[in-house]
Amino acid sequence: MMEVIEVKLVPIFILSRRFEVPEGSTIITAMEYAGFKLKKGVGCREGFCGACASLYRLEGEYKLHGGLGCQTVVQPNMQIVQIPYTPSPKAIYDLEKINVGEEIFIDFYPEIYRCLSCNTCTKICPQDIQVMDYVQAGIRGDLELMANTSFDCIMCGLCTARCPAEITQYNAALLARRLFGKYIQKKGKFLEDRFKQVMDGKFEEGYTELMSLSKEDLKKRYFDRELNFSIT
Amino acid sequence: MKRIPYYPGCSLKTKAKHFETSAIEVARALDVEMVELPRWNCCGAVHSLATDDLMHHVAPVTDLLRVQELKQSQKWDDARLVVLCSMCLNVLKRTNKRVKDVLEDRNKINDFMYLEETRYDGNVEVVHYLELLKEIGFDKIQEKVTKPLTGLKVSPYYGCLLLRPKDIGIDDPESPSIQEDLFKALGCTVINNPLKSRCCGSYHTLNDKALVAELAHDILTSAQKAGAEILTTSCPLCAYNLDQRQKEVLNKYPGFKPIPVVYFTELMILALGLDKNFAGLEKHYIDPRPLLNCKGENV
Amino acid sequence: MIRKMIINNQSEEFHRKIKELSGEILTLCDQCGTCTGSCPMVIEMDITPSQMMRLVLLGDEEVLEAKTIWICASCYSCTARCPRGIDASKVAEALRQIKQRKAVDYLNWEDVDIEEAKELPQMALVAAFRKLTG
Repeated sequence: MMEVIEVKLVPIFILSRRFEVPEGSTIITAMEYAGFKLKKGVGCREGFCGACASLYRLEGEYKLHGGLGCQTVVQPNMQIVQIPYTPSPKAIYDLEKINVGEEIFIDFYPEIYRCLSCNTCTKICPQDIQVMDYVQAGIRGDLELMANTSFDCIMCGLCTARCPAEITQYNAALLARRLFGKYIQKKGKFLEDRFKQVMDGKFEEGYTELMSLSKEDLKKRYFDRELNFSIT
Repeated sequence: MKRIPYYPGCSLKTKAKHFETSAIEVARALDVEMVELPRWNCCGAVHSLATDDLMHHVAPVTDLLRVQELKQSQKWDDARLVVLCSMCLNVLKRTNKRVKDVLEDRNKINDFMYLEETRYDGNVEVVHYLELLKEIGFDKIQEKVTKPLTGLKVSPYYGCLLLRPKDIGIDDPESPSIQEDLFKALGCTVINNPLKSRCCGSYHTLNDKALVAELAHDILTSAQKAGAEILTTSCPLCAYNLDQRQKEVLNKYPGFKPIPVVYFTELMILALGLDKNFAGLEKHYIDPRPLLNCKGENV
Repeated sequence: MIRKMIINNQSEEFHRKIKELSGEILTLCDQCGTCTGSCPMVIEMDITPSQMMRLVLLGDEEVLEAKTIWICASCYSCTARCPRGIDASKVAEALRQIKQRKAVDYLNWEDVDIEEAKELPQMALVAAFRKLTG
């Protein structure tokens, strides 16, 4: 027998057109319920890819909010629009050939020096990142701080859409993270050592043996493996 | 040790690092600890002069708010904000005056900055490092001089923003004396340059080198004619325009004699007998070391 | 050279706009020329600061096309010396702002020598962007 569930519907406005969608929907599921077939502006649906950047306003408020479509639950009379992509300059560089210095952004994203410290980017960021702080770190030449502060960035583009100084924050931060990882961050010696062990063939025998096992034997080996921690 | 909040500004962390290190070291020798403001941002370098432009005031107000937060979180001997760069002084002081005087603008800016936990109340005071030195007393500084710079003919260069506009500047715009008194205390021979507060060209150095070269030529030759052997400055941009741009000056005026330009705190390091590594004398385009060694220094 | 100028209600509108944006009472200017005499940038300007003030008073919007307003470096020499107490730097800023608010740039980043720009203290870039771009 088919179970019938009663679902409360709430009104929302997508691209200024009114729809009634199930309460508790996210912006993405609400749009799909309303009949929009999304080819752009949707991705992992898990809050990680940054494809579903959306702008919305709530009933009775003038405030403009930014959020991820797959994570933001709709409110009654919410007005929604998607910003799947913001036009942004993309600097082309060869990481191997860059001279890392405090003036690196003059080469690739000189517009960061236009930063007004207005925090408009920080206000719209769906990941609660201190965006202005990392742009300021870039202006000061502190790539480590810029990389660490921008770590949670999923490149949704909302900051870039709103910035009055026309900065593409997320591309500048990406450059900082790349340079930090490659040139500045201390390398773990253990990785180097392990890599050498692998290349020297220390694990060849073990691998070859495992690869020769049957599926049943492999399963048995897996579940019987020794765990050096206890689960209580 | 008297503690005072300190705002560096972006250039003092990079190209003008030696200005910062020398100033902090000199302050320490005079029993003042300069504590860097946490989470400061670029002040914007120039003050927006349009009456309705509040957006460009947000950056300096954010910095003034950081000082206020610092004041509220700890006990301070001196809760004023000290700055080294003339441009930062101009922006911070002028914006501060605007938001102090006009409550409506202060409210608007505070409303805009709603991500902050507190609102700026207009009660921060901004001072320049030289004003601090004057308060300490040039006679007290003279007592601490171990190696007077006797025979060094110094011409202090003020640039625009230390002295103008009149209500923001730290001294009389036509006849300042603050740096002159300082250098006398250090044992120098002070040379007056009539063009000591002539603009160096500022940010035009980015795309109009010829203009900067012309202005630098006038300022430097005027000092040389008066007998100066070295100039001092308090602004990383003036320092660049008067020092590095001597290359362009020489191209245009082949008879020009290069003259070193240093931050005034570097000379203080030498006179007070402090560790020369903090002075950054090797970081200049026109090397001041041959001249200083001539005068009995060992750098 | 004789130039024909038409002064009408629109001219008054331009003058009023600059007065509002700069906060200065421009009619106080008696064209004494002290600002021009004090200005260190005048060597590169096409019109002098005095002429800039006069054109604004006459409501001539041609002044927006002058190189002068971009060459002004806001050094406040004129401000400190004007015998009538007018701040000419604010007038220059008002004229720049009118252009900048229409997204007009005086600085063309393509013409900048990037390698040289990297030698400058950052404050030069920050200031140049603020003063010379919209």
